[in-house]
Amino acid sequence: MATYIIRRLLQAIPILIILSVLLFAIVRLTPGGPLAAAERNPSISKEALEAMRKKLGLDQPLPIQYLRWVQQIVTEGDLGDSIKFRRPVSTMIAERLPNTLLLVGVSFLITLIIALPIGAIAATRPQSWFDHLTTTLAFMGQSVPVYWLGLVLIVIFYIIIKNPFTGGPLFPAGGMHSLERKDTLDLLWHMVLPVTALSFTWAGWYSRYLRASMREVLHEDYIRTARAKGVTETFVLYKHALRNALLPVVTLIALDLPSLFGGALFIETIFSWPGMGRLFWDAARGRDYPVLMGVIMIEAVLILLCNLLADMLYGFLDPRVRYD
Amino acid sequence: MTEVIETSQVKYESPTQVVLRRFFRHKLAPLATILFLLMVSSALLAPLSPYTPTQQAPANAFQPPSASHWFGTDELGRDIFTRILYGGRISLSVGLLATALTLVLGVLVGALAGYYGGWVDNLLMRITDAFLSFPVVLVLILISSLLRDLPIAIMRNSVLVVILVISALSWMWSARLVRSLVLTIRERDFVIASRALGAADHRLILIHILPNCIGPILVNGTLEMAYAVILESGLSYLGFGVQPPTPSWGNILASAQLFVFKAPWMAIYPGVMIFIAVMCINYIGDGFRDALDPYVIHTKEKF
Repeated sequence: MATYIIRRLLQAIPILIILSVLLFAIVRLTPGGPLAAAERNPSISKEALEAMRKKLGLDQPLPIQYLRWVQQIVTEGDLGDSIKFRRPVSTMIAERLPNTLLLVGVSFLITLIIALPIGAIAATRPQSWFDHLTTTLAFMGQSVPVYWLGLVLIVIFYIIIKNPFTGGPLFPAGGMHSLERKDTLDLLWHMVLPVTALSFTWAGWYSRYLRASMREVLHEDYIRTARAKGVTETFVLYKHALRNALLPVVTLIALDLPSLFGGALFIETIFSWPGMGRLFWDAARGRDYPVLMGVIMIEAVLILLCNLLADMLYGFLDPRVRYD
Repeated sequence: MTEVIETSQVKYESPTQVVLRRFFRHKLAPLATILFLLMVSSALLAPLSPYTPTQQAPANAFQPPSASHWFGTDELGRDIFTRILYGGRISLSVGLLATALTLVLGVLVGALAGYYGGWVDNLLMRITDAFLSFPVVLVLILISSLLRDLPIAIMRNSVLVVILVISALSWMWSARLVRSLVLTIRERDFVIASRALGAADHRLILIHILPNCIGPILVNGTLEMAYAVILESGLSYLGFGVQPPTPSWGNILASAQLFVFKAPWMAIYPGVMIFIAVMCINYIGDGFRDALDPYVIHTKEKF
């Protein structure tokens, strides 16, 4: 197992190299380079600009610059400083990362809790009213733009429907905490709308993945064998069929991971959720390239780690897979 | 005598006819096709509207929906219905062109990797894997904002930039699909036979292998198009896609969001249009999947 994990981590290195070279090239080849925004900013003096240029090593040839950039990240965890805020990018990301992980993690769990039972039940009762209803809902979840769904939720639950006890809005439309309260209950209250929007769109995909996969598995010979042996139907469905049907779903979910963070970016932007997506959007509008590159690199690492996790889960679900 | 033969003949159906017949047996796909064509044609007929998408009338701002302004007016007094029609032209054509480019890239990479195998396959698939683990939306935002900063006149065209960046970051799924198809078709007898007859590689790929992949590529294309429409609107919504004054569903939604308290109806229409368009595309894709899949049993499913 340990050797497998090490080998997989080594395999991730070329991917990170491709991504970092692309990012580096793209950002450096634009006119003015990474300091274009700083040069336009009148509040930054010529000396400060010169110092920034020195610190970024912009007087060196490009390959040397790239190697120094990578060396700084690997040895010191230094992703450079934000041009706008003059703070280390790594600190800014460290502040935002837990918020994004909380939002994405909770939404992902709720998605699984909703989508997996729906997909499994719909697959065992094809063409029933339950199947038709959930398939239609799933199509809606797959098709609705998450940013618009977030906006509609705000219109309905913040503007139109009021809290019958206080007369205020039923759910808050933005942020993580109220000004005066910082407890968990308040946090959960702030999470309702963003998590609903994300889970609804993701659940559409996952329930359809599982339904399709389970329909296929139910035609397999080993299912007929199990039934012929007199195994109870519940046991056949939820032990034999479900476990096998989950295998391709794990692969599909792992392939989908980048879009989870994409959805989170939209939702963080709409709900002013102080996560990495919101940070990225603000930085993109100000062309704050060190922040942009840092956030992309960190999210790529997260995606690769989650992929590794998915592969290990695959081995847990399918004992035929051996890690050596 | 000839009459007898004609009446006893089994009715012949071309493969296209079979697919179409099965497509129309799907409950919602034909309906979705009609609705989608209706959206496309109303976008094409947009100039028939008495208003233009950019004509401002500040005195007329924030009108609620009425007989003269079906969807009301926006903050500058522009007719929202007209803007949605023109926005549909942009959003739908970006979706279509981005899908076309995505498929061209994906088929090229997938066919080369699947046909040649070996180091070509290894290299191309490693690049594909790398692209698959990119945080797509973030990279899209970065690249589209950078491209627009370039001192190249053509990059001022935000519609073109959006098409290019969306295709550059969504070809991977079709590449993987085409590669797996080519891997199996490459070993089929008819391909081996024409190779034995001396057919060149490009002839084998273009004439013999790719035409046999059309079905799955078509289904994949509908998924890509739904994705492209959502991505374009999302990028424009965030301010990194199609730039105003050119209307697209995404940037109409973005400006509506600013006035969501004053005029909530402004935010409803552009989103509903994206929603319906994507839903239609998804149902059309589902219809094609059922029609093209020889294993789907159309009698009531039983287990």
